[in-house]
Amino acid sequence: MASITLSGLKKSYGAAHVIKGVDITIEDGEFVVFVGPSGCGKSTLLRMIAGLEDITSGDLTIADKRVNDLPPKDRGVAMVFQSYAIFPHMTVRENVAFGLTIAGDSKEVKKAKVAEAARILQMEHLLDRRPSQLSGGQRQRVAIGRAIVRKPEVFLFDEPLSNLDAALRMDMRMEIGKLHKALGATMIYVTHDQVEAMTLADKIVVLKDGLVQQIGTPMELYHHPANAFVAGFLGSPSMNFLDVEVKAVNGNRITVSNASLDPVEIEAKTGTYQVGGTARLGIRPQYLTPVEGAGQLAGKVALAERLGAETVIEITLADGKPLIASLTRDAIFPVGAEIKLTFQASEAHLFSN
Amino acid sequence: MASQFLKSNRTGWLMAGPAAFLIGMFIILPFVFAIILSFTNQRLISPNPTEFTGLSNYRQLLSVATLTLDPIKDAAGVMQKAADGTLEYPAIRSFTRGNPDFAHLAGMREWFSFGWGESRTYVLARDVVFLTALVNTFIFVLVVAPVQGALALGLALLINQKMRGINVFRTIYFMPVVVSIVVVSLLWRFIYDGDSGLLNNLLGAISFGAIPRVDWLGNPNTALGAIMAMSIWQAVGFHMVIWLSGLQTISPTLYEAGAIEGATKWQSFRYITWPGLKNTAILVLIVITMQAFAVFAQIDVMTNGGPLDSTQTIVFQAIERGYGKQDISGGSTISVILFVLVLSISLFQRWITRERP
Repeated sequence: MASITLSGLKKSYGAAHVIKGVDITIEDGEFVVFVGPSGCGKSTLLRMIAGLEDITSGDLTIADKRVNDLPPKDRGVAMVFQSYAIFPHMTVRENVAFGLTIAGDSKEVKKAKVAEAARILQMEHLLDRRPSQLSGGQRQRVAIGRAIVRKPEVFLFDEPLSNLDAALRMDMRMEIGKLHKALGATMIYVTHDQVEAMTLADKIVVLKDGLVQQIGTPMELYHHPANAFVAGFLGSPSMNFLDVEVKAVNGNRITVSNASLDPVEIEAKTGTYQVGGTARLGIRPQYLTPVEGAGQLAGKVALAERLGAETVIEITLADGKPLIASLTRDAIFPVGAEIKLTFQASEAHLFSN
Repeated sequence: MASQFLKSNRTGWLMAGPAAFLIGMFIILPFVFAIILSFTNQRLISPNPTEFTGLSNYRQLLSVATLTLDPIKDAAGVMQKAADGTLEYPAIRSFTRGNPDFAHLAGMREWFSFGWGESRTYVLARDVVFLTALVNTFIFVLVVAPVQGALALGLALLINQKMRGINVFRTIYFMPVVVSIVVVSLLWRFIYDGDSGLLNNLLGAISFGAIPRVDWLGNPNTALGAIMAMSIWQAVGFHMVIWLSGLQTISPTLYEAGAIEGATKWQSFRYITWPGLKNTAILVLIVITMQAFAVFAQIDVMTNGGPLDSTQTIVFQAIERGYGKQDISGGSTISVILFVLVLSISLFQRWITRERP
C-alpha cells in the first residue's frame, strides 16, 4: 500500500516562502495531478515528495511511514523529468536498467525486467540505440521505462510532456493513462496544462502561490469551482468574468446586473453578498448561446476563430469589456456584427470580491 | 593575375595579414628551418660553410648498441675478482676506441649495463646525455600526466559545489598558474634547500628530527622527483579549471535521476560524472602530455640538468645544444625528434580514446 499524505508541508528558501502549508491525502493507486501556473510551487512540492528538496516543516508520509528525512532511494519512488534526464552515454537498454545496475542485480534479472518494461512501452526495437538517435517522444519513453523497471509503488512525473510537440503530447498522454491502469501504482503528475490535468487525473490539486486552491475530481472542479482562480484555470477557452453589482439578496439566490447585463438571479455556492456590493459573475464560453431578439448580453463581434467543430468568437460588450463565446457549430459571424447572447442562470457561477 | 580566391577576399586577407605574417614568421618558418637544419651541420656562428649531412645528426643522437662481455680470466681459467669481490670485466674503452674489430662501436660510451649470468651486457650509446634526457622526460611525463590529471579532477570535484566562499578556494588553487614558472621555480629552490629549506624544516618538525635533512635538488635520487612535485603543484590549477568546465556541462537533473534510482556518491561519479567528462579527459590528457614533454624552465632555473644529468630533459638539451654549445643543427634535430614523439603519442591517445560505435 502506498498512500501518501502531506500535512502542513512548508518550504522556504531563506525569507522566500514557496510552499505555505499544504495538506493533501493521496490514496493508494490514485492518479493525482498537481496543476497551477508557473511559480505556484507544484514542481517544488513534487521534488519535496521525491526527496530532492528538503522539507522546511510539516510531515510527509508514504505508505504510512514518515519519510521527511529519508533519501530519495529509500522512499520507494520513481521519477520522470521534463528534460528526460536519460544518460547520454548509455544505450537505451543500459538507461532502462540503470536502477537495477545500481542495486547490483544479476544480468539475467536485468535482461528479463528490461524486456518486460520494453514490451509494456513498445520500445523493444529501440533497446540498442543511444539517446542521441531517439526522438523526444522516444526519449521520454526511455525515461518512463527506467521508472517502471524497478516496480516502484509511487511514480512522480514532473511536466513529462512539456518538451514534446502537440500531436505527440496527446499520444503520450494517453499512454501514461493506460500505463496507470496497467500498473495500478500511485502516480503524482505535475503539469501547467489543464487539458492533461482534466484527462489524466482521478483527483486534481489546483495550486497557486504555494497554497492549495481546491482538491477534487476533474468534474467537481469544473462544475463546482471553489473560487474564481480555479474556475478560470480549468476549461478552455477559460471562463468569462463579468464585474457585476448585487441588486437583491434572497438567501443564497443573488440578483446581479451591470451595464451590459440584464438583471439575472444566480444561486451562489460560495461567498457572502450585500445589496449594492460588487461580485464577479463567471460564465463558461461554451454555455453562451447566440439568440435572435432579446438576449441577456449584447455586443459586437471583435474576432471569430472557426476551428471546424467549434467557433470561438470574441465579443466587445456595451461597456467595452471582452467576452468569449464558444459556439458548437460552424457559424459565420462577420467582424463588427451585432450579437445577442443568452445563458442559463444555473450554469453561471458567482464569486464574491 | 590573382586567383578568384585571393581577389574576392581582399579585405579578409588584409585583416588576417598581420596575424598570418606573425604565425608564418615565428611558428611556421622556424618549424621548417628546424627540419631543414637537422639535416645539416649548421652552427650558430661558424666561418665554415654549412654542409648537408643527411641523417648523421639523428644517427649521432639515437645510435645504441649492446656489447656482452665475459669476466676476465687468468691463464688457469679462473675468474678474476676485484678487491670488493665483484667480477672484473675488460675495459669498455678497449672496444670503443681505435679497435678495428668493433668499428661500429667507435666513439660510443656506456649508458648502463646489466648482469646476465657471469657475463655482463653493456648498452652503449653515442650520445648518453641525450638518451638520459629522453628517459628522464618519459619518466616525467608518465608521472606528471596521471598524477596532475587526477589531482586536478579531485580539486575540480571539490570546488564544484554550491557553498559560501567557494570562489576563495577556486582562486587559491588557480593562483600558481598565474605566477610565472620562473618565479615559482626560484621560490621552490628555497623550499627544497638542503640546509634551511622549508621542506626540510617542516619534515624535521613533524617527525621531531627523525627525518634527516635532504638536499632535494642536489641529490640525483631526489632531484627529478622534486621537480615533478613542483611542476604538478604549479599547473594543477589550470587543469582543474578545464575539468570544472567539463563538470558544469553535466546536467544536474542527471544527478537527481541518479539519486532517485539510488546511486551512491561513487556510483554517481562512475556512471554519470566520469562518462560525461570523456571529452574533457581527452583534452586534459593531451594537453598535460604536451606540456610535460616540453618541460624546460623548471630545469633551467632549479638544476641546469644536474646533478649527474639526473634532471636532463629533451627541451633542456635542445636549448643547451643549440645555444649553449652553438650546435644549431643538433638542437634542431632534438626538436624534430620531440615533435615526432609528441605527435605520435597524441595521435595514439586520440586513437585509444576514439568514439566507438
